[in-house]
Amino acid sequence: MTTTSVAPGLHSTEVPRAGGLRRALRATLGRSYPRIIGANRDRSWLFYDTVLPLLGTIAFVYVYKALGAPEQFIGYVIMGGATTAFWMNVLWAMGAQFYWDKQGGNLELYMVVPCGIVPILLGMSFGGFVGTMVRAVAIVLIGSLMFGVSYNITNLPLFVLIFGVAMVALYGLGVTFASLFLLWGREAWHMAELFMEPVFLASGFYFPVRALGFWAAMGTSIIPLTLALDALRQLLFPKTHPALLPVSWEVGGLVFLAVFFIVLARFMLKRMEFLARREGRLSLRF
Amino acid sequence: MTLAIETQDLVRTYRSKRMPGNPQGAAVVALDGITLDVPREEFFGLLGPNGAGKTTLIKVLVTLLLPSAGRAKVSGLDVVTQAQQVRERISMVSGGEHSGYGLLTVREQLWMFSQFYGIPTKIALARIDELLKVVGLFEERNRRVSALSTGMRQKMNLVRGLVPDPEILFLDEPTVGLDVGAARDVRAYIKEWIRGKPGRTILLTTHYMHEAEELCDRVAIIHKGRIIAADAPEALKRSGTGGSYFVLTTEPMDGAVWLSSLAGVQRVDTRALDGRTEIKLQLADDGAIAGVVKALADHDRRILSLQKEEPSLEDVFVRLVGQRIEEADQGSPR
Repeated sequence: MTTTSVAPGLHSTEVPRAGGLRRALRATLGRSYPRIIGANRDRSWLFYDTVLPLLGTIAFVYVYKALGAPEQFIGYVIMGGATTAFWMNVLWAMGAQFYWDKQGGNLELYMVVPCGIVPILLGMSFGGFVGTMVRAVAIVLIGSLMFGVSYNITNLPLFVLIFGVAMVALYGLGVTFASLFLLWGREAWHMAELFMEPVFLASGFYFPVRALGFWAAMGTSIIPLTLALDALRQLLFPKTHPALLPVSWEVGGLVFLAVFFIVLARFMLKRMEFLARREGRLSLRF
Repeated sequence: MTLAIETQDLVRTYRSKRMPGNPQGAAVVALDGITLDVPREEFFGLLGPNGAGKTTLIKVLVTLLLPSAGRAKVSGLDVVTQAQQVRERISMVSGGEHSGYGLLTVREQLWMFSQFYGIPTKIALARIDELLKVVGLFEERNRRVSALSTGMRQKMNLVRGLVPDPEILFLDEPTVGLDVGAARDVRAYIKEWIRGKPGRTILLTTHYMHEAEELCDRVAIIHKGRIIAADAPEALKRSGTGGSYFVLTTEPMDGAVWLSSLAGVQRVDTRALDGRTEIKLQLADDGAIAGVVKALADHDRRILSLQKEEPSLEDVFVRLVGQRIEEADQGSPR
């Protein structure tokens, strides 16, 4: 491995440092570490992030069972339950994170480290994704075992592609939220709460989103999980799922959202950094 | 040779909301035309009460804040237009900092921050261990950050600032809130660090007089956003005070303010000691002490000890600002 000392001739350090992409990668992994290791250190997540969401999911399962709904609705509900883990991670561990970091004094340090803030956000996203994936898989496994649900994925590569693009779009939205929450208000948890339950409804976490009506569902498709859930359900329940749009359109929509949110997140970050330096109030504790 | 830090007519204002103390919502001037040159390899101190502008100046220099007017350079680089290059060369440690994540161990936390500088893991961990040994925290390396005492945490923060081996280290009140022993350790190590290798510079803010006096090659006294004096501590003490200083102790007295009405007495500070009263006097000249001794005798106050003192930085501060730093702290906006 080669390392380079930055700015040779000016900086007298003897400690080798990588620059550019290599440093960005190190910074990303560094920031993801607390999130990944955190799942192991603080096992309360097993209860709060798995058992509690599962309770809500189970309630919906019994509602559908009581109404005599087709069996695939149980699968819908379990998928929705797993997806809530990602949405909650994006709201609480991405959107609200800068706010917590500001309170703890981390944000100041993040803004003056040479890697810049983007790799730090990527690390937050990656670490959050890994931790949440474990929670989501736990929810799917426990839910499926409890209710005897089996899945038959018709096109696994496409399934993985849709999931991957959706996650990029979702965490891009999370980074945008991180800046927005910081800019909008001091009480980030209110913002997070504001976006939590309505999205559970609007994105069709527990039912086919088409049930909201075509145009309403199109409107809520700005949340990447709406299209992602619909496309994934089409692949899991190809004959019975009332699709919002054809899968190929939904993949196109997700790609658009991924690009859109990455660009928007970058813009919002630059704006937040500029305002923080100009106003001295967004990032600084005093 | 490029200066480590240079500022020219640096101004920083904050917009303010309308409030009882500021009904017009007038902008608050935190830095009011700061001009400063800090050569490389200097240990430079900024001394001033809370709200004097010390932290704001550091924030501008480390690229956290934009100046409202004037310019500032760090290592010859403009803090506004070359912020990224500035960040490659600096590190910042603040007192009372609670950065990082409590669930990580000390070693993990320091490793995480080292990655933001792109330091290879093997080198970073070796350096972290070495620095932890130096500050006496090696035995705690596997302890969770959340379980550290304030002093341990501050030592860890100092190590965080030193791991990337910065060219210029900014220390903002690094010993605030620490017990005497921990503060002494921190001071001892930073004094050693700057002499450890050529080219290192430290800018330290403090409102502890003895800290500035002990550590700094030069000290600037900052008050209400302006630098009102800057020189070596000894030079400041020689030139900045005038008059002479005496400390005497007497039998307990209710007050000694009346002494300031005597001829040649410029300032009187008293404090109660164990069964005695200590009176610190700033006099126009040595001759004025005779009047003080006579006046105390006339009031039947027995003098237990009398000593002439060399002026301290605190005396310089009082002379320049008109009040002690603790008094200025109390009067500063919060």
